[in-house]
Amino acid sequence: MSAATRPARWHRNISAKVAAIPMIITAVVVFIGGTAWTVLYSFTNSKLLPREKFVGLAQYERLWSSSKWLISIENLAIYGAFSLVFSLLIGFMLAALLDQKIRFEDTFRTILLYPFALSFIVTGLAWQWILNPDFGIQHVVRSLGWESFNFDPLYNPEIVIYGILIAGLWQGTGLIMCLMLAGLRGIDEDIWKAAKIDGIPMWKTYLFIVIPMMRGIFITAIVLIASGIIKVYDLVVAQTGGGPGISSEVPAKYVYDAMFLSQNLGQGFAASTMMLLTVIIIVVPWAYLEFGGKRK
Amino acid sequence: MTKAPHLLKGSMTYDTAMETGPDRALRHGDGSSSGNRMVEGPAGRKPRKALSRRNILIYGTLIVVCLYYLLPLYVMIVTSLKGMPEIRLGNIFAPPVEVTFQPWVKAWAEACTGLNCDGLSRGFFNSVKILIPSVILSIAIASVNGYALANWRFKGSETFFAILIVGAFIPYQVMIYPIVIMLREIGLYGSLTGLVIVHTIFGMPILTLLFRNYFASVPQELFKAARVDGAGFWAIYFQIMVPMSLPIFVVAMILQVTGIWNDFLFGVIYTKPDLYPMTVQLNNIVNSTQGVKEYNVNMAATILTGLVPLTIYFISGKLFVRGIAAGAVKG
Repeated sequence: MSAATRPARWHRNISAKVAAIPMIITAVVVFIGGTAWTVLYSFTNSKLLPREKFVGLAQYERLWSSSKWLISIENLAIYGAFSLVFSLLIGFMLAALLDQKIRFEDTFRTILLYPFALSFIVTGLAWQWILNPDFGIQHVVRSLGWESFNFDPLYNPEIVIYGILIAGLWQGTGLIMCLMLAGLRGIDEDIWKAAKIDGIPMWKTYLFIVIPMMRGIFITAIVLIASGIIKVYDLVVAQTGGGPGISSEVPAKYVYDAMFLSQNLGQGFAASTMMLLTVIIIVVPWAYLEFGGKRK
Repeated sequence: MTKAPHLLKGSMTYDTAMETGPDRALRHGDGSSSGNRMVEGPAGRKPRKALSRRNILIYGTLIVVCLYYLLPLYVMIVTSLKGMPEIRLGNIFAPPVEVTFQPWVKAWAEACTGLNCDGLSRGFFNSVKILIPSVILSIAIASVNGYALANWRFKGSETFFAILIVGAFIPYQVMIYPIVIMLREIGLYGSLTGLVIVHTIFGMPILTLLFRNYFASVPQELFKAARVDGAGFWAIYFQIMVPMSLPIFVVAMILQVTGIWNDFLFGVIYTKPDLYPMTVQLNNIVNSTQGVKEYNVNMAATILTGLVPLTIYFISGKLFVRGIAAGAVKG
């Protein structure tokens, strides 16, 4: 602890410095270096291999006039908005239910969290099967007698992203519930007693007292959900492969396709830089609110 | 009706309520609070009614939600045990009329991806070959990093750590290609070793954070006493820190095993088709456009792939929750 404050010669603490070499390389070379490299090369017209021929913002102009990218962004926005709202809503409500001093809490929680242990590929394939119109829910409801029943989200370009959302929520809400539950358990019991004495109804206590007190947990949950949303890739690959047509494309898939399938590195770099920009726009205000004030 | 919730809400004893911090939350999260389940309302003790309207509402909702969460697993298992004729005629929710394990055998040993027709077993063993060194290497490096950051700070160590944590928020897509180039330069692109390095790199931020926070909570006196006795960096690490921190090593292991096993993106980018991990191979089997779709084989393959993380999850239960809570809340 005190080592940091003492005037240090370079070979003091040498073992620690040697031990930290992998971390330093990862932080400096991979994280900073890699990111800077990608941003720099997004201004080149690299095709199959990276080239140092700079073309200004041409890749970005092309990116934003590509219908595949625009659909990706629209899908991400829809998926993101619904995923954020429903994850928080469902996560909190389930946590509130589990917090009622019920029996079998462990069993309920185990069941609600198990999808989180599964990969997006497994999740996507399972829901692909359930949503299959010829065998899944649509077929079952129709065979019960409702002949005109229509539920084929994965085959309808208009609503395909909601089909992915169903699977995404199934996989991820358990985690949010666990976070919320930890947050609820951190609320002082006296708050509940005070609210009870004042005769405040339970839902009002939650809405106006407990939730504002759980601000930190909510922010963590939002950051967690948001970073998961931007990364969404495997789920789409497994569930629809981007289809029907290009109606369920997402930015992460656009990057992969440009880099490794259509040999268009420059587009991939430009698209990934846009993803980075999105993250910066989300994370920087949060980091500023969380840490900025205290350190200065 | 409206009174009952408050009664139950205020039921914890005073002592427990006074404890603060994540520890308390975690212990309760682990469900060990049952000892405190005393009901003390304003009118003294009051026996709880088992079938109040409130209880029916709570348990009813939870049971319905749980059934919904269990549905995909149930459908997968049921489908994988049916023959194809039964699937074509029947209802995906119906239990199998005639149970057959043929789809499981086929998924494991015969299903085709591209030219290989040796089933998912190839992917399984690839995943194991990726998993074991990745987990060991990433935990070894991250724990030493965390230890150095907690007990042996040097000039700039906090800066590197801050970069590492900020780096955890950078989308992988931004760093994918530079890593391809680096691995190609050292001749490891397309090999399992390369993928192990990638997993070690991307596991580092969260694991380092986990270990740093844990080691920082080990009493300083212990560390100082060892220093006085002349123990150095590695001696203290191996003889004091590691033996004292076995729980956090288990948590890190759970986190890494599920994370690496479930990875798809890195597997598909940094390995070649015959080295693909299980998730990639599964996706290729199920979403291949050739041949007749065999849904029962697909579902058997899907369950097989999910089996490893599910087993870890059900065995480790509380530690799994603790792992994601530690990883998420403190991050």
